[in-house]
Amino acid sequence: MTDRSSIPAPADPEPVLAVRDLKKEFPLKKRPAVKALRGVSFDARAGQVTGLVGADGAGKTTLIRTAAGLLAPTAGTVTVLGLDSAADSIEIQSRVGYMPQKFGLYQDLTVEENMALYADLRGVPVAERKARYRILLQMTDLSAFTKRRAGALSGGMKQKLGLACALIKSPKMLLLDEPTVGVDPVSRRELWKIVYEMVEKEGIGVLLSTAYLDEAERCQHVVVLHEGAMLAEGAPATFREQVAGRTFLVDPPSGVKPREIQMRIAGQERILDATIRSGRVRVVTAEADKSPIIDSLSGPWHAEVENAPPTFEDAFMATIPQAHRIDLSKPAQTSTSAEKHGTGEVVVQTRDLTKRFGDFTAVKGITFEVRRAEIFGLLGPNGAGKSTTFRMLCGLLPNTAGEISVAGQNLRRSRSRARSRLGYMAQQFSMYGQISVEENLRFYGRAYGLSRKRLQKRLQWAYEEFGLDRWRDKAAGQLPGGYKQRLAMAAALLHEPEILFLDEPTSGVDPLARREFWLRINGFAQQGVTVVVTTHFMEESEYCDRMLIMSMGKTLAMGTPAEIRTLARTEKNPAPTIDDAFVALAEGTISGNDATPAADLQGDDP
Amino acid sequence: MNGSAYFRMRLRGILRKEVLQILRDPSSILLAIVMPMVMLFLFGYGVSLDAENVPIAVVTGDRGPAARELAARFSLSRYFKSHTATSMAAAEKTMTEGTVEGIVHLQQGFSSDLATRHQAKVQVIVNGIDANRARLVLGYAGGVLEKWGAVRRARGEPAAVPAVVIRPRIWFNAAADSRNFLVPGLITLIMTLTGVLLTALVVAREWERGTMEAILVTPIRRLDLLLGKVLPYYVLGMMGMVLSVVVGMLLFGVPFRGSFAALFFLSSLFMLASMGLGLFVSAAIRAQFAAAQISILAGFLPALFLSGLLFDLGSTPRFIQILSYVVPARYFVAISHTLFMAGDVWSVLLPNALALAFMAVLFIALAYRKITKRLEG
Repeated sequence: MTDRSSIPAPADPEPVLAVRDLKKEFPLKKRPAVKALRGVSFDARAGQVTGLVGADGAGKTTLIRTAAGLLAPTAGTVTVLGLDSAADSIEIQSRVGYMPQKFGLYQDLTVEENMALYADLRGVPVAERKARYRILLQMTDLSAFTKRRAGALSGGMKQKLGLACALIKSPKMLLLDEPTVGVDPVSRRELWKIVYEMVEKEGIGVLLSTAYLDEAERCQHVVVLHEGAMLAEGAPATFREQVAGRTFLVDPPSGVKPREIQMRIAGQERILDATIRSGRVRVVTAEADKSPIIDSLSGPWHAEVENAPPTFEDAFMATIPQAHRIDLSKPAQTSTSAEKHGTGEVVVQTRDLTKRFGDFTAVKGITFEVRRAEIFGLLGPNGAGKSTTFRMLCGLLPNTAGEISVAGQNLRRSRSRARSRLGYMAQQFSMYGQISVEENLRFYGRAYGLSRKRLQKRLQWAYEEFGLDRWRDKAAGQLPGGYKQRLAMAAALLHEPEILFLDEPTSGVDPLARREFWLRINGFAQQGVTVVVTTHFMEESEYCDRMLIMSMGKTLAMGTPAEIRTLARTEKNPAPTIDDAFVALAEGTISGNDATPAADLQGDDP
Repeated sequence: MNGSAYFRMRLRGILRKEVLQILRDPSSILLAIVMPMVMLFLFGYGVSLDAENVPIAVVTGDRGPAARELAARFSLSRYFKSHTATSMAAAEKTMTEGTVEGIVHLQQGFSSDLATRHQAKVQVIVNGIDANRARLVLGYAGGVLEKWGAVRRARGEPAAVPAVVIRPRIWFNAAADSRNFLVPGLITLIMTLTGVLLTALVVAREWERGTMEAILVTPIRRLDLLLGKVLPYYVLGMMGMVLSVVVGMLLFGVPFRGSFAALFFLSSLFMLASMGLGLFVSAAIRAQFAAAQISILAGFLPALFLSGLLFDLGSTPRFIQILSYVVPARYFVAISHTLFMAGDVWSVLLPNALALAFMAVLFIALAYRKITKRLEG
């Protein structure tokens, strides 16, 4: 190891990682090789967080794994701390900390034992361990859990332990592959705090990949990858400058839902992006001109348009090449039977819904109702009881106490009748990987008892609606991630259900596919389909009409996005986000009960 | 710290982790200790290549003393459970229904024929569906007849005298108890299971759970990875072996005529060869389900069918015999049969030991070559 103190501090921090024209291909049998990286070059410096940002399949994981010496480059080089990643991998591996995307610690070992293992593997002298453990445990807030098995930790705690193990021997460089994916906002903030502390105190260089675009703002340097190629790099501020004057906020007129406005704007000429943020529609235009927005909002839709300070996300959306962008212009079409019904009728109702597994109460007296054509969100961190609630709603799990009715059917008594009226999309990809898209759809169609003629019609609808036509004969398992999700959703909608249950539909889906997904969901809701969705992406709850925030099996708060945001409004933070509100609710600094008066919960039928 | 101190520290860490995992994850203990016991009980009690209490029908068309005595001999034999049938037709019916497996028919005039012509006919009919069992039953029936004849001759009464009298003596397994043959063979099977399947599963599990990826990006060497798996599971496998031997000897009364030192040394060789195979499988296949399938195909089934554990290899087709030479279990079945029933016969043990040592080195070397610190195979 070099003695760093003898080196004079350079003006520009030295590069700890140098990627030069890196290419990586994965050969496949019979088919052309997958080009995961197509010639990427950039530097990451000491004392900085360098962010690798991009959608799924951008090549983020491949790049980090190559830097860690786990993959050999097809062409080009990765130099880590002056060492070649292919030739000196052992030397690199003894000097860097690495955290894989998948939790890589031993579930059967306790927090302390996992740390001891990594201390042994990295050769941390026994005399130094105690002090190091104390620092890391304090930093990660795990001091109270040293005897707990890693498998029994919450998602956020697991990630923090992973980080502690990666930091066990003050690395010179830290490689983090999507460390915050699937982690609740509270833990995300804590993880970032730890990373910053390490950068400041020990001056290490961090290379971190993320699909959360807001996290890019926290990096000193950002590298945007897209389908294996590097599109841009620079400080987040440089990115923001590029879209200066091209970002706008649209205030929906009273009585108009933000998503109705969003749907009118999205996909218009010279509109690059339209999303819902804190009850307003955020728009990025191709030029510094708001007329395309105004043109698309005529008559009753007329709304106030004001300039907004640009964010990295705006810049990212503007950077992604047009040809690769999803076509937002075609509004979702479905001919569901729900159109026949009016809105306002209660279609899903629970009262004191409780689920116990042995001594453990997973869901404690949840009461809510969902009206026709509503988008209702179930939010909460991992282990909050979302999935359990969800499974009870779908009739997959019997409830211990309380009542559920779905589509007017009591699930206990007439499960199959209720099921024929609901569509369910599981969190995991549940199509048959070996058989083609068409065969999968036909199977689900028959399983729902569609007649031959109706099935043919619905297949045609699915191909057009979800752009699955060209993938028809492809094995479902080989579809790109976004298309897998489309296929799963098409299968859930084949029998034209009135109620759609979506369990973490956007988990592991990149920002582009997520936008498209929500646009489609909005379309379905407008046609009268009721949607119940779980998510841990707090910003996505903005697309919901109402939501319920859960934690540890209990209701923390319920209401519209605006109501939830209002909960967290303080003098210091006059315009809180849902994320802020969630953090405050989870930490107990505010209470959700005020926002959801009992009358609102009971809901008089109109 | 120097290199060897680092090595010891890494090894200590990885061994401790492995031991903790074994202690806390019931599946390893289940596979290494509980499953051998279950197999031992199943094979020890459930599978027997011997026949005892075979139900037969005895039809006596003769009321003479000689016939009655012979019928009584059948009912007294521990090999048979005889039922008296009133007529041949009734006996045939029970045979067709499967309630009896054989018919002993003493025709009318049996006693008088014997007295006058010094010769009488006994008809024995055996259910031949299971050919092996049919031969056994026939053999037992012959034994009963012979004994009856011998007693009669001793009393000076007439009996059919075979020209040549066979005086059988069975060596090594004097009681001719198939359990004495099965249990030592079973220990081979149990050790194969722990060695190949358990080793393959625990490595594949590390790939599946993502723990391997995290471990690889540390200064860990390939040798550490190999030793970290070999040592703990060697100990676990040997514990299963010792337990099986003890249960075999105490519960099933299987004799052990060799030395325990030889057993320990030779079974270590076999354990290492099996583990080498398991590690090689798991280094190539990184999913638990596939690793289990391959290890059953490449480890368990050959050990069951190609090792001489159930069937004598000498009576199998030539190509099966040739194929059996690549199955480590073949050598250890020979070793354990020798150790249990004959003793430390080094002229048998040594060639088999050499073959096992060669295979242990070969498989572990192959596994070591296949272990990589890269994600791509």
